[in-house]
Amino acid sequence: MTTLLATHALDAFYGDFQALFGVDFELAQGEAVAVVGANGAGKSTLLKSLVGLLRNRHDAIHFLDHDIGDRPAPEIVRMGLALVPEGRQLFASLSVEENLLVGAYGAARREPWALDTVYELFPVLRERRRGNVADMSGGQQQMVAIGRALMSNPRVLLCDEISLGLAPVIVEDIYRLIPRIRAGGTSVVIVEQDVARALRTVDRFYCLQEGRVTLAGRPADVSFDDVRKAYFGA
Amino acid sequence: MAVIDTLVQGALLGGVYALFALGLSLIFGVMRLVNLAHGDFIVLAAFIVLVGATSFGLSLPVATLIAVVAMFCLGFALQRLVLEAVLGEDIMPPLLITFGLSIVIQNGLLLGFGADSRRLDAGAFETRSLEVVQGLNVGLAPLLALIVAIAVILLLQLLFYRTALGRAFRATSDNPEIAQLMGIDHRNIYAVAVGISLAVSVIAAVAFGIRANFDPAIGPARLLYAFEAVIIGGLGSLWGTLAGGMVLGIAQTVGARIDPEWQILAGHLAFLLVLFLQPRGLFPARRA
Amino acid sequence: MLERANPVSESRVGEGGWRVVVGTRLSRIAAIVAAFVVVGLVVLPAFASRALIQDLIFVFTMLALAQLWNVLAGWGGLITVGQQAFVGLGGYVLFAATVLAGLDPLLAIPLAGLFAGLVAALIGPLLFRLEGPYFAIGSWVVAEVCRLLCAQFKPLGGGTGTSLPNVVTANMWGLKPVQDLLAVRAPVARDVIVYWLTLVVVVATIAAIYAFARSRLGLALAATRDSMAASRSIGIRAHRIRYGLWIVCGVATGIVGAIVYLQKARISPDAAFSVTDWTAYVLFIAVIGGVRTIEGPVVGVLLLWALQHYLAQFGSLYLLLLGLIAIVMMLFLPKGLWGTFAERADIHLMPLRRRLRRS
Ligand SMILES: Nc1ncnc2c1ncn2[C@@H]1O[C@H](COP(=O)(O)OP(=O)(O)OP(=O)(O)O)[C@@H](O)[C@H]1O
Ligand SMILES: [Mg+2]
Repeated sequence: MTTLLATHALDAFYGDFQALFGVDFELAQGEAVAVVGANGAGKSTLLKSLVGLLRNRHDAIHFLDHDIGDRPAPEIVRMGLALVPEGRQLFASLSVEENLLVGAYGAARREPWALDTVYELFPVLRERRRGNVADMSGGQQQMVAIGRALMSNPRVLLCDEISLGLAPVIVEDIYRLIPRIRAGGTSVVIVEQDVARALRTVDRFYCLQEGRVTLAGRPADVSFDDVRKAYFGA
Repeated sequence: MAVIDTLVQGALLGGVYALFALGLSLIFGVMRLVNLAHGDFIVLAAFIVLVGATSFGLSLPVATLIAVVAMFCLGFALQRLVLEAVLGEDIMPPLLITFGLSIVIQNGLLLGFGADSRRLDAGAFETRSLEVVQGLNVGLAPLLALIVAIAVILLLQLLFYRTALGRAFRATSDNPEIAQLMGIDHRNIYAVAVGISLAVSVIAAVAFGIRANFDPAIGPARLLYAFEAVIIGGLGSLWGTLAGGMVLGIAQTVGARIDPEWQILAGHLAFLLVLFLQPRGLFPARRA
Repeated sequence: MLERANPVSESRVGEGGWRVVVGTRLSRIAAIVAAFVVVGLVVLPAFASRALIQDLIFVFTMLALAQLWNVLAGWGGLITVGQQAFVGLGGYVLFAATVLAGLDPLLAIPLAGLFAGLVAALIGPLLFRLEGPYFAIGSWVVAEVCRLLCAQFKPLGGGTGTSLPNVVTANMWGLKPVQDLLAVRAPVARDVIVYWLTLVVVVATIAAIYAFARSRLGLALAATRDSMAASRSIGIRAHRIRYGLWIVCGVATGIVGAIVYLQKARISPDAAFSVTDWTAYVLFIAVIGGVRTIEGPVVGVLLLWALQHYLAQFGSLYLLLLGLIAIVMMLFLPKGLWGTFAERADIHLMPLRRRLRRS
């Protein structure tokens, strides 16, 4: 399998505060990978670094045979990385459909995701397309956020805690979509608090603790105890 | 009849004020920036058109078109090279820089053109008028200014609500960081916004310059009128801004009828009154 | 500032031998030097030429205005470009009180301050409704309204303005004693009185701002400016402090305006409410020296004085240059000359921050 996206000894900072320490991360073409870890472990920071919202060393991040560590976010997004941000972060003054359309603003490709296909994925969004995103339920908002990210037809979709604050049935629905998204040729990275669910969904996982990778591998190869240790510390 | 005439003249004047105001409110809407040099940019635009028309012998429409392009580029460059560096949480640096720009433009124009009053020559057009009904004459130039203001608002509405660029503007205005995740380079969006603001200023300058005299010192007053139209109309609504301009125009015209010296004061007082009674403006946008 | 010769305040923090200090050795030295400078400035009229006294009047008034703007904008977040409203009102009240009501100028000056404060108190709640940067233009509108109203005030010459009749200052309190004391003519004595007034005002302003900036109120206000979250939690209180600050600065600016126009002895709406004279220069001073520092404007005003001295004859070119300098400063040295220097060298003559020191 060819590596699509990788970090090499990635450090990340907020001002003087270091949030990531020498993280090595890898994602192959077509793969689904989970990043798990406790609150404040640095999961969101990793995704923000990948997508360019946090600037890094030039060669700390590698994507599609380019070193992109120091490129600005819009450029990286245009190369085919999309992030569903933590807390959804929809555009309040745009309608549902406009939120989806703006997702295609810097689209690298036009296929396979477009308004029609996203509406097929989330039929309820078609009904509420002219509606205001603030009036929607959390689950529907999450659908908009995912749809918006898909509209750019990314090679890699980064999902930050897409189950946060949603009812279990809705979470179930949303996770059922991941295979369909992968079927469209998109690799997926999911950040999740619910470790069990995450591990059921992916091929490989990374566990972060206080900014460091404490465990990585295939879900089948590790015991629950290993993960718990890596998650909470010894 | 005199009452109706006053109202009509005031409303027509409001078209010009709305044109002043659109550029100001546009960049505030997109990037929360208040350009204290806005009025001076309008005056600068008027001088550019004047130079095009007199020194280069261009017709007024051609000179206007060239000025629109020039001012757009100026605005784009201004944002990318100057304002971008100071835009952030702290609202003071951009205010100070644009205030400095105001001083620079005013005095630059004074150096280049002197303090004399100028006017754009629109030929016989500027004096022609239409008799709407018996005793109510409407100048063609003011009427055209109002029509142009409406046309500009329609165009901006179209841009904002019907195009990908417009969605990018609104998304960036909501949240510039998340907008970047859409592949939107907010720096270019801001620069285009300032460019459009200055391009609209050219239209405003021409609408103003063919019916009234201008000189390098009148910029700040145009800024105040623009601002008053925005606040009277209510933030975030282009049609509100047009209405705000009209309220301001009518207040000034009524004031002038009472005593010519009261014209400007009446406008300011109307603004303060609206701020007192209706702080969110007369026609606020639905969403805050 | 004299009574602040030892500006060290301290309090124990735990047992570890640490203490919170505001003052530094340097700041104590600076306070002593400043005290000597002030004493020197008080006795200066005994030796100095009239031209120097007049120059210093300009320096002191501009410095006072810059400090007042600085505390409003830097601490209160009230970025105004309409301070000329209070300068002009101060001047007009002085003229009205002396010319029309026959009051002594020295009595008219506090009256001017009170009137300016009253206007500030009335207009403040209205202006505070304007969002962030729009407050700036709103304050400008208020200044324009004041200008236009004064232009309508025919007893003081309407739009063309009027001069202060000689009788007003000829019998001014304190004129005779000063004449006798320094053995000078009446016009010189008047300049000296104005000079002392401006000196008192500028020293009092700086001392008051320094005390305010280090007080609980000042720190609370600084916190609201720096953090949105904090400003929400203490929002109401911050709003009151801000309103109070606005009124007090209105009073002080009105007093400065009255003194300025006592010196100029001629007033017109366009000059008294000039945005260039009373706001542009003031912003220049603050920007060059460093916004949000107390030392900065002192540096800024001296630089303006020098530029004024050499370049003012160039008129528009001079102003153009000032504007360009300010823009370039904002871009490359946003903390101003003093602010940058103080940060690099870690020198704070009038320290505001509390630091932990091992005792
Ligand atoms: N904008 C920021 N400024 C300063 N520190 C930050 C910022 N964002 C995150 N941090 C810090 O960086 C560390 C990692 O944060 P991050 O958001 O990446 O954690 P996370 O694993 O996503 O946690 P959660 O599960 O709560 O989302 C935390 O200690 C956090 O406090
Ligand atoms: Mg997170």
